[in-house]
Amino acid sequence: MLEFKNINRWFDGPEGKVTALDEVCLSVSPGEFLAVRGPSGCGKTTLLLIAGGLLRPNTGQVSLDGHDPYALSPEMRSKMRASMIGFVFQQFHLIPYLTVQQNILAPSLALPAKGADQRAKELLSRFGLDDRAGHVPAQLSTGQRQRTALARALLNKPKIILADEPTGNLDEGNADIVFGYLSQYVAEGGCVLLVTHDVRAAAHATRTLQMVDGRIIQ
Amino acid sequence: MTIWKLVTSEILHRKMNFALGVLAVMVASTSFIGSITLLQIHEADLVQGMNKLKDDTRKAMLKLGFNVVILPKDQNLADWYADDYASKYMPEDYVHKLANSRIVTVRHFLPSLQQKIEWPERKRKIILVGARGEVPNLHKNPVKPLVQPVPPGTISLGHELHRSMDLKVGEKVKLMGKEFTIHACHKERGNKDDITAWIYLAEAQELLDKQGLINAILALECLCTGDALPLIRKEIAAILPDTQVIERGSRALARAEARTKVEKEARITLENEKHLASILTPVVVTGCAVWVALLGFTNVRARREEIGVLRTLGVSAKSILVMFVSRHILVGVLGGALGFCAGVLAAVYFSTVLEGTRVQITSMDISVAGLLALSVGGAAALAVIAGWIPTMTAIRQDPAEVLREE
Ligand SMILES: Nc1ncnc2c1ncn2[C@@H]1O[C@H](COP(=O)(O)OP(=O)(O)O)[C@@H](O)[C@H]1O
Ligand SMILES: [Mg+2]
Repeated sequence: MLEFKNINRWFDGPEGKVTALDEVCLSVSPGEFLAVRGPSGCGKTTLLLIAGGLLRPNTGQVSLDGHDPYALSPEMRSKMRASMIGFVFQQFHLIPYLTVQQNILAPSLALPAKGADQRAKELLSRFGLDDRAGHVPAQLSTGQRQRTALARALLNKPKIILADEPTGNLDEGNADIVFGYLSQYVAEGGCVLLVTHDVRAAAHATRTLQMVDGRIIQ
Repeated sequence: MTIWKLVTSEILHRKMNFALGVLAVMVASTSFIGSITLLQIHEADLVQGMNKLKDDTRKAMLKLGFNVVILPKDQNLADWYADDYASKYMPEDYVHKLANSRIVTVRHFLPSLQQKIEWPERKRKIILVGARGEVPNLHKNPVKPLVQPVPPGTISLGHELHRSMDLKVGEKVKLMGKEFTIHACHKERGNKDDITAWIYLAEAQELLDKQGLINAILALECLCTGDALPLIRKEIAAILPDTQVIERGSRALARAEARTKVEKEARITLENEKHLASILTPVVVTGCAVWVALLGFTNVRARREEIGVLRTLGVSAKSILVMFVSRHILVGVLGGALGFCAGVLAAVYFSTVLEGTRVQITSMDISVAGLLALSVGGAAALAVIAGWIPTMTAIRQDPAEVLREE
């Protein structure tokens, strides 16, 4: 589903070149929940952005469902993101003035679909947000916010979910709930690439990789 | 979920930024529409005033005297100026000569016989004027008579005469042994007219023993505005060599000149106003555009996260553009409509209440609907243009930067 071949990415920082990813190779297949664990600053977010078609690697090959997203036009890359990828972040990144229901429906702005409203209703009840549908994010608990973000990620039935520290702002109970939903999604045939420094992730993942200083160490 | 829903929800969420934007556009459009409307009102007022002035001048020419008088050639002008009537006479027939001539500068001729006399029955000095209907220039289109003649057997009295003797219209008075019915009692005019009595020309000639004679011909509706006088002189001298033509420095003329001057000054004032507006309005509009642009930047900065997330979800740059442009159009349309109302109201208030102009807004050259369209369309364009750079920074924003922030 997702494959990285010898990906390198560096940045020009104030003190010279900073290597964020160093010859990274990995692959995630449907039905797989891959957790990449590593300390802060090791390059996890960079890895995820490259996987999501949001950051071009300096060298190396990315393949998403058999296509190189960086060979596409920005417009097509946006479409690819909308149709294939669900994103979940530590900061939730909900739109503050939209209700829970509208936030879940936000991906339909990029990919309008007939059944979107119905699908949003299903997701609302699946994530236990029925009674919160009309609330704005500021009125929600952090757990509810992350569940809203998860529901949003699932609206367009993505082939892969890219999650960056999705439990970073959650207590243990809520973290378990989120991991539970991700596992459920994988069980239904999806695949997840999770990057985190949370050791509990290993318990839910089907496979775990360690990352240090931009390199994957098994 | 639609872009439109997103735009309206965002506006409701950030009411302040939106309201300030609308206010900015409104200020710009108020100043623009207000100055246009006010200038239009002033223009219409000036035109109305000018038309009234022309009419007034024509009436005043009649009321206050004509500026061209034909007198016998041997009349001493010093005496004439002193007495306001000639002591020399000419044949009444002269007026027919003039009327039958091909003279082009004069429309009507009014023969008169005037003399200061002692009203024997009343023991007082009066000016007796014998007049008759004006004689139209036959080669000109006949027009309605300007002066209503005094019918034979009647007399018209100046204010001082009827007031002091307590005479009323319809009563009979004796003058030099002849009985007259009072035809009119004039209002006070504050000049010699107040001690003047008008009777029919033939009767005056009989009473004064001047059969077939007159001592002045007034030229009415001269196509003469000051500098045409030499031409009139030449024309009349050719027909009546025994006469002299003088221009009376009439009050009507002075009044007309004063009005022309007023009009000229009003024109200059209007031009100055236009000049001021042409400088001030662009300054205000530019200031407001900068204001809208700054609000746009504030809005884009506040929405950094949201824009990044939308792009991450796959929303295209084009949709982000539509999002910001439609917001600016809304700002513009609302500000333009409000500015139109405020501008028109301000102009009307300023002109009617503060300046006392009685001009209807409908009498303006430019239609109200056209002005509204101009205001709304112009304001929308202003808002979109002013918001263009912030909008561009929004659509160029790299979503990755937002997602990296922890
Ligand atoms: N835009 C950038 N400019 C310079 N350095 C960057 C930039 N983005 C990331 N880095 C650096 O790359 C390294 C990896 O960052 P990141 O992928 O965010 O790590 P993580 O998500 O694991 O904390 C860090 O050392 C970070 O400072
Ligand atoms: Mg990170």
